[in-house]
Amino acid sequence: MYVYMGHMRWQDIIPYEAWFWEKNKINLVKDLVTKIEPQHKTISTASGAHYQYDQLIIATGSSPKTLNIEGINLDGVTGLHAIQDLAYLESRSKQLKKAVIVGGGLIGVELAEMLHSRKIAVTHLVRENGFASSVLSKEESGIVNQHIEHHGIDLRLDTEIIKIQDNGQGSVASVTTTTGEDIECQLVGMAIGVKPKLTWLGGSGIEVNIGVLTDVFLKTNVPDIFAIGDCAELRNPDAGRKAVEPIWYTGRMMGETVAKTICGIETKYQPGIWFNSAKFFDIEYQSYGDINPILSGNQSIFFWKHKIASKSIRINYTLNGVIGFSALGIRLRQNVCHQWIHDKIMIEEVLAQFELAVFDAEFSKKYADKIRNAYFEQTGKLILKKANGRYDQVYRFLKKAKSTYT
Amino acid sequence: MIRFPDYSLSLTPTYTPGISLTQKLWVTIGFIGFFAGVIAISGYDHAGVFLLTASLILISISIAGFSFSLYHHQKSGIKNNYTWSRSLSNRGIVSWVLALWITGLYILLYFFPNALGLSESGNTGLIRLFDPLSEWIKHKPANQWFVYGVFYTLAILLFGVKFLRKYKGNRYQQIRTVSVMFFQLCFAFLIPEILERLNQPSMDLKNMWPLNYYFFFDWHLDKLRSGGTLGLFMLGWGIAMILIISPILTYFFGKRWYCSWVCGCGGLAETAGDPFRHLSDNSLKAWKIERWLIHGVLVFALLMTGLVVYTYITAHSNILFLNSYAIREWYGFFIGAIFSGVIGVGFYPLMGSRVWCRFGCPMAAILGLQQRFFSRFRITTNGGQCISCGNCSTYCEMGIDVRHYAQRGQNIVRASCVGCGICASVCPRGVLKLENGQVDLFERTEVNIK
Ligand code: SF4
Repeated sequence: MYVYMGHMRWQDIIPYEAWFWEKNKINLVKDLVTKIEPQHKTISTASGAHYQYDQLIIATGSSPKTLNIEGINLDGVTGLHAIQDLAYLESRSKQLKKAVIVGGGLIGVELAEMLHSRKIAVTHLVRENGFASSVLSKEESGIVNQHIEHHGIDLRLDTEIIKIQDNGQGSVASVTTTTGEDIECQLVGMAIGVKPKLTWLGGSGIEVNIGVLTDVFLKTNVPDIFAIGDCAELRNPDAGRKAVEPIWYTGRMMGETVAKTICGIETKYQPGIWFNSAKFFDIEYQSYGDINPILSGNQSIFFWKHKIASKSIRINYTLNGVIGFSALGIRLRQNVCHQWIHDKIMIEEVLAQFELAVFDAEFSKKYADKIRNAYFEQTGKLILKKANGRYDQVYRFLKKAKSTYT
Repeated sequence: MIRFPDYSLSLTPTYTPGISLTQKLWVTIGFIGFFAGVIAISGYDHAGVFLLTASLILISISIAGFSFSLYHHQKSGIKNNYTWSRSLSNRGIVSWVLALWITGLYILLYFFPNALGLSESGNTGLIRLFDPLSEWIKHKPANQWFVYGVFYTLAILLFGVKFLRKYKGNRYQQIRTVSVMFFQLCFAFLIPEILERLNQPSMDLKNMWPLNYYFFFDWHLDKLRSGGTLGLFMLGWGIAMILIISPILTYFFGKRWYCSWVCGCGGLAETAGDPFRHLSDNSLKAWKIERWLIHGVLVFALLMTGLVVYTYITAHSNILFLNSYAIREWYGFFIGAIFSGVIGVGFYPLMGSRVWCRFGCPMAAILGLQQRFFSRFRITTNGGQCISCGNCSTYCEMGIDVRHYAQRGQNIVRASCVGCGICASVCPRGVLKLENGQVDLFERTEVNIK
């Protein structure tokens, strides 16, 4: 995305410099694996090479989901996933006047921002009635929708794609939606999620379902073969977590976990408390813990929204303490939120020291007082400020909290 | 969906939106101003001064107007769209022309001031045009340094305005930029000039040794010592800055209190240099070169100053095989003029805005050593939120590979960090924060408590 918009070059988005692999004694081979033979502990590649392994880690990632609709194979229909997609977009952008994006998740929004940066008119179809509707509440979606529309994106909520029309030469001409409308466009961006990439595992004896099935040590059913990242599917995920979590840090954590196991310290995969983040054009979003906007049982929600700016804080809580934070336009400190959720701190206590969790830059406007005020207005309970949020205080808080349970 | 397994990867971003009609108008005004200036230089009379004034005003209006129109529609929140596709900021032809032009100006300024019109028997050309202003401020004809000072200050003020527009939603950036604009205008320009008018010893009170490498030169010390109470105050102040004020401030805030809030070199880099910040090389190799060079210059500066002070006290100019007069001349030529001026600013469009600050400044070296080992400052990483996108490393003007630390959940404590805060501003996921803390001063670099 940032390469397309001219923020960075291709070499800038590669996380390691070229010397990294050799220096760390990693033999980096660029090839396509075609076969695994667990009984011989070998893999074969498209170029005809064979490799022996002691331990094998499958980390093949995911591929974009597609829809089974007419016209899906036309030229001009693309996802945004691999470098090839980026190159494809780059090559098509010059002639591009109008594009339709399908899907209201993060990738959809990123695609919209990308095309928008080149002054290409974007119509955005979202099946639900708001962006990221499984994690954002109605009010939060409202803030995001408004912001995105403000940028000039033609947003169509509660709308699905039915059919893609051919222009007679095998390319996209328009898109037909569930509202019966025909939207003219030269590009259709499919951003409806990803699924584990497993096609090539057939015949290897490795058990798969949606993804490669693993136990809590990330081992597959075949000895000495692990699976991590977007392609892995946990047989017994922790409560509140999903079996497949295609998100950046789970891959990182899984990698660390397996590395430990292979190096002799058998380690369980324990992702801990869920967190996530995104950026919807200019609005930063972060979430920690259980932030389901649809409440169950004894859960309640406290919500504060800035009068004008696109900023809000939502805290999900029960009488036994806070369970989740969802923030738009305000940066929160992960380890503090994590601690509060972990220790089941009561919401009044959390709000009293909310400054500890604020991660906005120095001199930024402070909203904690306003947030406490809103709580007073909503519940009649007055909360007094107990923290200033300076680094030393945060550090002491974390140290103390940690010492109580480790 | 169509896949292109062997699609030739044309990933270099090529798109630029061009500039709008209003922006073209502002640029045109700037060029008219520029040519008015050129005409003014070619012949002096009252029309010349008038033309020059008009030229400077037009250029100022042009830069300010352009900045406002460029960021007018942008919401607060930083966008670096097209940075790598514009010829000005991707080492394209425009940046080479600009680099040659600035380098040329600096060479004239340092080595051929006569070509700019400097003359004992009455200035001509460019410098002559500044005589009226100089006479008005300090009752003396202008010289090349006066002209330079005017241009330098104007550049910081005008591009400061542009910076303020670009980072409009970010109060850290706003306050910091107003600070460098203030220190340049008042401390570097107005106060010294006014002191000169009052026939007092003049000094840029914020310009510290060893950046101000001639602080201990005999002529400078003599000037201060013979300058009455004010002179002695300045001498004391200069030494207090080095020994007391700077260490204390650096302990509390890191070297940023100087490098990105006060310093003139830093001020220019942060304002006029901002469009080039991403050109700093952030490879490991560059970091190695940086450490050798900057500490090499520091050693050179210490040695040179030691010899100069020795000569001042003992009146001997030769120590072993070293001649203190020769050494100071070498230092002035290579470090003072070529490195900090010609290369330091001239190479902005090619090597990023902080070439001098990063590879050469002995002052930055000292502050950096203290920052690394004895300061409360660090950049905190927010747990596991880093997505390894690379914006922070790309836009670090000091070429620090911020991402390397951030993606490991590690805090960042680097000698070179000037605390400009841009990494935190461009991060899309709220991962970085500049903070001062005392409780863990000696374990700042350890991996975040999780
Ligand atoms: S710290 Fe932020 S800007 Fe830097 S790589 Fe991580 S997510 Fe990107």
